[in-house]
Order: sequence, then C-alpha cells, then structure tokens
Amino acid sequence: MKIGYYPGCSLSSTGREYNESLQVIAPLLGVTLQEIEDWNCCGASSAHATNRQLSLALAARNLALAETQAIPEVLAPCAACYNRLASARHALAKDTRAFEKTREVLERPEFSNSVRVKTSVEWLRDLAPVIQKKAEETASRSATSPSVKGLKVACYYGCLLVRPPEVTQWPTQWDDPEDPSSMETVVRATGAEPVRWNRRLDCCGAGFSLSRLDSVARLGREILQEAKKAGAQALVVACPLCHVNLDFRQQAIARKAGGEFDLPVFYITELVGLALGASQAQLGLNRHYVRTDSVLERSP
Amino acid sequence: MTHTESKKDNLSAAIRGLTGENVARCYQCGKCSAGCPMSQEMKLKPHDLMRLASFDQADRIFGDESIWLCLTCETCSARCPNGCDPARVIDTLREMALARDPSRWPRAIGAFHAEFLKQVKNHGRVFELGLILGFKLRTGRLFDDALSGPGVFARGKLALQPHRISGIDEMRKIFEKCENVENRDLS
Repeated sequence: MKIGYYPGCSLSSTGREYNESLQVIAPLLGVTLQEIEDWNCCGASSAHATNRQLSLALAARNLALAETQAIPEVLAPCAACYNRLASARHALAKDTRAFEKTREVLERPEFSNSVRVKTSVEWLRDLAPVIQKKAEETASRSATSPSVKGLKVACYYGCLLVRPPEVTQWPTQWDDPEDPSSMETVVRATGAEPVRWNRRLDCCGAGFSLSRLDSVARLGREILQEAKKAGAQALVVACPLCHVNLDFRQQAIARKAGGEFDLPVFYITELVGLALGASQAQLGLNRHYVRTDSVLERSP
Repeated sequence: MTHTESKKDNLSAAIRGLTGENVARCYQCGKCSAGCPMSQEMKLKPHDLMRLASFDQADRIFGDESIWLCLTCETCSARCPNGCDPARVIDTLREMALARDPSRWPRAIGAFHAEFLKQVKNHGRVFELGLILGFKLRTGRLFDDALSGPGVFARGKLALQPHRISGIDEMRKIFEKCENVENRDLS
C-alpha cells in the first residue's frame, strides 16, 4: 500500500522523532510513504491569522503538487499541517470564487482539488487490526524488549485533529469532534491502556510557543495535571507542536507549578513502533526531554 | 473623519461579504467563551467580539488586543449551537485590523507572525532556528526559554541549515500576489 506523505517543517527539526518513528513503522505495516516532491510550508497560523488568500494558496500548492505527482491521498502527521491542508481543500471545494482566485494566484489552471488529506491517527486507526496482530507476534517472540503492554496512557488529541467539524467531517466524518475514539483504538492495539480523562481536546497553546509563554505554561499545566490525576503514566500525542509544549516545556511548567509531573510524551507512531519491536533509539526516543525508559521498564 | 471611522458602520456587512458569516445570528449564549482556552486572558471574549461586530463597533474591537489572543483551536466554532463560526470571524477581524493599521498587533505576536512568514517566503519552508533567532532580534527577548539552550542541539532538534525548495520563485510570486491588498477586497 502506498500513501502520499507531507512531513511539514517541524518533522525535520523539533519534531524529528515523529518523522523517524513514522519511517520505521510504515514498512512494518506494509505501507510505502511517497513524499510530495518540493512541498512547501502549509502557512500555519501565521498565514491564516493575517492573510486568508495566502493561507489558501500555500496549502493549495501542496495539494496541486500531489495531483501532478499522481498522489490521490496524503498523510499529514502534524495536526496543524493537517488542519491547514484539509481546511484549504474544504474551503476551495465549497467556495467557487476562492477556488478560482487560488488557481489564478498559483498559476496552476489544471489544479482540480481532488487530493484527500489524512491524519496519522486516522491512518493508524484503519491499520489497528494489523498493529494488534504484529504487536502480539512481537510480544510472543521476545519477552525482553521494552514493552508498552499495560502502560496507562492519556490520549491527547489537542485542538486540530478533529476540529473544526465542518472540515474533519467532510466529505465523511473520520471521528467524532467532541468524543473521538480513534487514538484509543490505536493505543489498545499496541497493548497499552488508554485512561479516561478530561482534557483530551483542549488546546496546548501551540501558536504562542514563542510569543506568549505564560499562556502556554498555563494551558500545558492544566493538561499535565489532569492526565496525572487520571492515573496516566504517559501522554500520547499526534502533533509536533503539542510535543514541544508538553515535553520540552514540562520541566519549566512543573517548576512554576511547584511540583513534578514526570510524564513522558510519546508520539503515537513511537508507541506503535515500540509495540512492533523497534528499539528506542530507532524511534528517536533519546531526543525527548522527559525520559521514556522508566515507564517502559515499569510496565509489566 | 479617519479611514477607520468612515468604515465602522459597515463592519458586520464587511464580515458578511468576506466570509458569508452573519454575526447577528449570535444570540449571546456564551458557549464559545465558556470553552475558549484563552478567554480568561481576553478583555473582549469571543461572544463579546461577535456582539460588537454585529453592532459595527470597529473602534472598540480594533482598539483592543483580544483578537490577537485567539489560538484558532476552533472550539468556539465546533460548539456554537446556532451555526456561527467565531474562529473565522476573528481571523477576518485580524486581517481587517492589519489592513487598517499594521502597527496595532501586540508586539511579540506580530513579531512571530512576521518572522514566520519571512522564513516561508525566503526558503519555502520554516527554518526553525532562523525563526527563533529572528523572533528574538525583533522582540529583544534574548534570554527567554524560546526553544533555546544546548539541549536542543544535543538532541538534534534544530536543523542548522535552512532547506530551500526549488519552487522558491513560485513561492515569492504567491506572496506578492497575496500581499497585494487591492487583490483581497478587504473593507
């Protein structure tokens, strides 16, 4: 099986291990990733907060490239990139004027807006039966490798995986925008245990990661405290911006809150990789700020 | 009469023209503000912005920093019981605010957006190290924890070289066309 791949800027830098773990698990799951050649930045919040036409054009150039490279479906693992690509695809399908204008800006009259965009969570959820089977095979083969079996994790969707509903439900709803379950399905397939908790869909403040640190600290603290209270040993995320705010900033947040969280933050692809027998180094776990090995040893 | 005043009567109509959103549909239940992660830091919360927009109170909206505090997490728009899209309205208000007076945005947030888009325009992708350094220079916040420190390099978290895409001329053209306000019919 082949799927188009839009890594986005963070996955070659702060979110490197998200890309590394994805590249490790894709072949194990029988999937070939075809990276869109010469992709550009999706524009992120800076484009849509200041210039709507620019936000549509930047996202649409990638969709147009995918079309010319015969890629019908694109995996966008960063939740923010996914949101920009999927929002542009939706807006251009619903608004003829915006579609015409964008084709004109791009000077790509052949662009037909036909490419579908997927999050890594949707992609992995559809592969959950394969993940479960391979995870069980791996567990029976080697009892000594680090296991995620029984590890209690809080699935953190953040804001943009399942919102806004008009985008994530179009053309078909991939998960419920207020009570999603795909991440939990993937986690169960790995053998880990999702906990029930309250902040699954709250925003971590990603857009202010450089510009408004106090807001980011407040939002991060609320998420980490709730996860801890629900008995989670770790968090699972599917966005490099969430990862920066919850992993890189965790120590600073804890210092301000006068406590210690000690909650490792796994990318969902890393958790799947561990279940499939990949090593911590292969998956890039050594790049994390909050150490992951303690919970991996602890899990039975 | 200033440019801003001459336009203020038309704010709700301008929003409708740009987005199709009828801000008068908002019946002030406050669900948007209740779920908003930033509302406790905003003087004008999402439902206030909807009301002020429907009363064409441009000066009150653009004279305050609240619109710049929206993170576009889309919770408000997902939960509105009457089908309004406050996140889209706030994005539009920001774009209108910039068209009126680019100096009005809060310094740090403005510096971030400006530096981010500069990176995209110059390289086609965001060079995160360049973004951080550019942001620090623009704001003078040299010693914030802004993703700095030796740990990031030891972990290979920050690429040291920008990657320039081969379609960079196409990117620059896209920016030029989109930055032309005449092209964007913003009232």
